[in-house]
Amino acid sequence: MKEGVTQKNTKLVRILVFVVLGMFGFGYALVPLYDVLCEVTGLNGKVESSAIKEVSYEIDKNREVTVEFMTALNEATPMVFRSEIKKLKVHPGEYYTVNFYAENKTDKVMIARAIPSISPGAVAEFFKKTECFCFSEQTFKAREGRTMPVRFVVNPELPEKYKTITLAYTFFDNTETSVK
Amino acid sequence: MSAVVAEHDDHHDHHEHGPAKGLLRWVITTNHKDIGTLYLLFALTMFFVGGAMAMVIRAELFEPGMQFVNPQFFNSMTTMHALVMVFGAVMPAFVGLANWMIPMMIGAPDMALPRMNNMSFWLLVAGVLLLASTLFMEGGAPASGWTLYPPLVLQTGKALPFAIFSVHLLGISSIMGAINIIATIFNMRAPGMTLMKMPMFVWTWLITAFLLIAIMPVFAGAVTMLLTDKFFNTSFFDAAGGGDPVLYQHIFWFFGHPEVYVMILPTFGVASTIIPVFARKPLFGYSSMVYATASIAFLSFIVWAHHMFTVGMPIAGELYFMYATMLIAIPTGVKVFNWTATMWKGSMTFETPMLFSIAFVVLFTMGGFTGLMMSVAPVDFQYHDTYFIVAHFHYTLVPASVFILMAAGYFWLPKWTGHMYDERIGRLHFWLSVVSVNILFFPQHFLGLAGMPRRIPDYAVQFADWNMISSIGGFIFGASQLLFLYIVIDTIKGGTGEKVTDEVWEDAAKHSLEWTLPSPPPYHSFTTPPTVIPTEHI
Repeated sequence: MKEGVTQKNTKLVRILVFVVLGMFGFGYALVPLYDVLCEVTGLNGKVESSAIKEVSYEIDKNREVTVEFMTALNEATPMVFRSEIKKLKVHPGEYYTVNFYAENKTDKVMIARAIPSISPGAVAEFFKKTECFCFSEQTFKAREGRTMPVRFVVNPELPEKYKTITLAYTFFDNTETSVK
Repeated sequence: MSAVVAEHDDHHDHHEHGPAKGLLRWVITTNHKDIGTLYLLFALTMFFVGGAMAMVIRAELFEPGMQFVNPQFFNSMTTMHALVMVFGAVMPAFVGLANWMIPMMIGAPDMALPRMNNMSFWLLVAGVLLLASTLFMEGGAPASGWTLYPPLVLQTGKALPFAIFSVHLLGISSIMGAINIIATIFNMRAPGMTLMKMPMFVWTWLITAFLLIAIMPVFAGAVTMLLTDKFFNTSFFDAAGGGDPVLYQHIFWFFGHPEVYVMILPTFGVASTIIPVFARKPLFGYSSMVYATASIAFLSFIVWAHHMFTVGMPIAGELYFMYATMLIAIPTGVKVFNWTATMWKGSMTFETPMLFSIAFVVLFTMGGFTGLMMSVAPVDFQYHDTYFIVAHFHYTLVPASVFILMAAGYFWLPKWTGHMYDERIGRLHFWLSVVSVNILFFPQHFLGLAGMPRRIPDYAVQFADWNMISSIGGFIFGASQLLFLYIVIDTIKGGTGEKVTDEVWEDAAKHSLEWTLPSPPPYHSFTTPPTVIPTEHI
């Protein structure tokens, strides 16, 4: 009787420890699952991180969507960062290029990365970029300032209810952590 | 206690039968009653440590303007108050009750894994000491709120890795405790004690233990990601490297929502144990209580994002989490109606444990209703991160979990010690607590609706009056708890001197097995399993 309980306990504990390890793994599995979910559904304003090929859409001249451009610096990133225009009225299907200006205010080489965000989040999948400085890390020489273009198109399939799209970039100073 | 040894069979007399001598007994003990006592006393100590932090918070908020502490330390206090109360007081107190009561309730001689039991207690102490040590570190203790959201938490000074390792230790301790409880309940029940005859307290702990082994590893993973983000250049939550801070919130609340039920389900269990005894009736709807507990546990895994309605979720997500959250009100409502129906036409008496239990039913229901209000996604945008949420979760934790822990103390102290507590002081403690807890937390609803944010050391003058009232309630509540400390010490020393019977409470033995044992129970109880299983509670 006594032996039986000990064996049952050992067996049960083994199973439960396995469950615990599994759940620890599940915590980590949530990371890719979250990304997959964002990608599939276009939630959270997660934007494609690489350029798409330029394909031509039928331009919808009757419709205008306002695209706003926002720039921000993370914490105390020592940079100047602005867009040349604050907003632009666009026709869905037509390609536009907007210039952004960024400048390294330090006397050292800086590696920085701009992270994009689009709101409302559901619009992200209709906002396509063929060229963007946000696709890779940018290296700035000491005191270097640079004008960088973003070329984009709004997919004409964008639902009618969206009249305004906000494109926001935040520059992060990655000099310390960059793997380059 | 010495009489105990004589009662035992002599054929394994090479075993140690009584407790070891001296202080070392408490370090090396593997006895479920000793470990239960250690857990309960540790939790009581932490209740006063966390309470002292709350007093600092209420003192600072007594008037607008900066009074006593700087904002950084204030934020450390809100963070540490929460961590100490959750991981140091409420959870260990329920583990202590589980250790003491589960073996006696199911007719087992001890917990299934006594040595692991000892280890999980001492890991808890190590974890809490490590957490407390962060108060004295450069840059101060964590001040990001107990949710430890990045990127804010990554600005913690030297304390960050210590806080994270402390969470790991607390997690391992809880997981070991949970495994032990599951093994005990599955393998150690007396013959005839089928699952559907177990006391509700045992049932709720079984379900809670499963919640713990499912969620604590996820939390451990989340804080490990914080650690590697900070020190090893990973980018789980760092936007600069392609991570996303919102991901942390999803992982945290996947743990966090079941975690709050870890604190409330055993509360339900104790309430379902105490109310039938003083209503002198069986628990109304025993099996529906079991199923309701299981349903609440299941639902807790699929509602987490209601803590983050304002992060910018798509409307479909908001709607899903809103309706799923509202569903929880159904099994919880079943429980509240069952407790009420148990009292209905019962021959009720109002000893201190029953007073605390009745207050729990009423005040927990209020906390539940404010929860229902906040489940409505569009209105949650107004309540989010205001004092309304502070009022909500304090109603579900203080006059619910903490009151029920008090009730459990009064209910079982005579059994544990063999002495009766002083009923007059007990009632005084109850009335002071129940009045002051409402003075303390009810005005916080108004503050929240008026827009006062949580976790701020200073506020606009229009919030002054209700804050002062809330602080006064807080001071009375804090001071009243010293009465409980007095009663516990007094009862251990001999209490009223009145001799308590085995049953302590009238007909309690019909409800649960622990009342068939002497008061206090022998050091080793049920070395031979009981033959009669009480069924009055069903």
